[in-house]
Amino acid sequence: MRRLQWGYLFVAFAFIYLPVASLVLFSFKDGSLPLPPFEGPTLRWYAEVFGDRRLMAALGHSLMVAVGSSLTACVLGFLAAYGLARHVLPGSVWLRGLLIAPMTVSYLIVGLGLLIVFNQLGIGLSLWAAGIGHVVINLPLCFAIIYASMGAQQQNIERAARDLGAGEVRVITQVTVPMLAPAILAAFFLAMTLSWDEFVIAFLLTRFEVTLPVEIWSLLRSGLSSKTNAIGSIVFLGSAAIVLLLELFIFGRRRP
Amino acid sequence: MAISSTLRGWGFVTPALLWTLAFFVAPFAIMLAMSLATLEGRELIWGFDLANYRRLFGQSFLAGAIVVSLQITLTVTLVSILLAYPLAWIIAFRVPPRWQRLVLLLAILPFWTSYVVRSYSWLLVLSREGIVNKALMSLGVIAEPLQMASTRFATVTGFVHFFVMLLTLTIFANLVQLSPNYRRAATDLGASGWQAFRHVILPLTLPGIMVGAFLTFVLCIGDYITPQILGGNNELTVPQVIMVQLGRRGDFPLAAALSIVLMGLVSLAYLASARWLRLDRV
Repeated sequence: MRRLQWGYLFVAFAFIYLPVASLVLFSFKDGSLPLPPFEGPTLRWYAEVFGDRRLMAALGHSLMVAVGSSLTACVLGFLAAYGLARHVLPGSVWLRGLLIAPMTVSYLIVGLGLLIVFNQLGIGLSLWAAGIGHVVINLPLCFAIIYASMGAQQQNIERAARDLGAGEVRVITQVTVPMLAPAILAAFFLAMTLSWDEFVIAFLLTRFEVTLPVEIWSLLRSGLSSKTNAIGSIVFLGSAAIVLLLELFIFGRRRP
Repeated sequence: MAISSTLRGWGFVTPALLWTLAFFVAPFAIMLAMSLATLEGRELIWGFDLANYRRLFGQSFLAGAIVVSLQITLTVTLVSILLAYPLAWIIAFRVPPRWQRLVLLLAILPFWTSYVVRSYSWLLVLSREGIVNKALMSLGVIAEPLQMASTRFATVTGFVHFFVMLLTLTIFANLVQLSPNYRRAATDLGASGWQAFRHVILPLTLPGIMVGAFLTFVLCIGDYITPQILGGNNELTVPQVIMVQLGRRGDFPLAAALSIVLMGLVSLAYLASARWLRLDRV
């Protein structure tokens, strides 16, 4: 029975890693079709990826949209969480529900709604439009994470600061934000990964300058190619490294 | 205090509220209105016309897409639960506690790679000349390569790969919260291992299963990427049909109506699982 369980664990991990392993392996293949038999290894496809202007531009756009939209979502989310946790507002249950609502709607519908509005208003599609869409999907997440971390304990410290004469702005910048830094950082990085990887909204709302997932999508139309494997591997190793670093240095530390 | 606490509270909430109203609620309202409009030639005529919704059930390819989406989503949800539960169980109770975090991290690491790339890499594995076919042929299991890419099987496999990771997380989180005393008490009272699982552990982990299942349902039924890359053109899901309407046909009213139907399906799933979800705790 026990052996069966270890066997299951092994098979499950094989299933989980099979596609990623073949993605990375065949990115080193000396041939344009990323299928067996393996020949090589070569770094040719990586050189081609880094030499590809469009891809590198898309990478830059993705970073801009991800950082910009996550920052906006975090600031708006923090302010709303602070307002709702520290002040008595009528109908606060409804306000929370409204702020969280976009989380329950699929990205395709969020993107389609914005596309219709921009079309009707005659506003052109751009990276800005995609960024706006990404704030819509990340704001509920940032709000929920930060709101959940605002406990009574911090409120007492805030009160102490206020009693000692600090104004509200000072309380927020010097007491609340530093105390909530782990939650705010977690919200920011989660929002960044989601925006960085988001496809449908960016696909619907950008036109000439596109983000990386959209550029990769257009490469897929030409079918299987070792170059696509190389980009995919770079994206995988990049995000894997970020996740591992976060785990080691930010989230891992809280554990004994 | 010069300004009342309530007024200040509004000041903090307003920016996020305005953003949500302007870029989520208003677009949604306009989409709802759009689904009731009609298209004559290229011209949009606003009105109150249920014609788009009637088309959904009158035209077989539209009704078919809804059926295909539901079939795929329910299959994926069920298969993912069945595969993820034993995995979460083994990680929670067989893997030594000091390794659990690492094993879990490794299990969800591919979760963080690009979603588009992940679907593409399944295309590599499942294609006619791909690893699975090559392996099966060299083992002598099959003589001719199987057609696996561009089928519903490929779509389901790609989805299951993603959602097993998600469900493993939610079920694991639930399993490790359970006190081992529950199982001990059950076995002390004479329950066999299976009985203890069936009548004690399983009901206690139902919230974890339902949260994961609901997320799986919502994300799966609204996804365009996986079926588009892996499913081929034999059958289309609702998101694929929406994209076709937007692109080639420019039929925004129909796309809007399909989106409303999609949201309706998600709401039904929410109502069906609401007693376990407790999203109100957020």
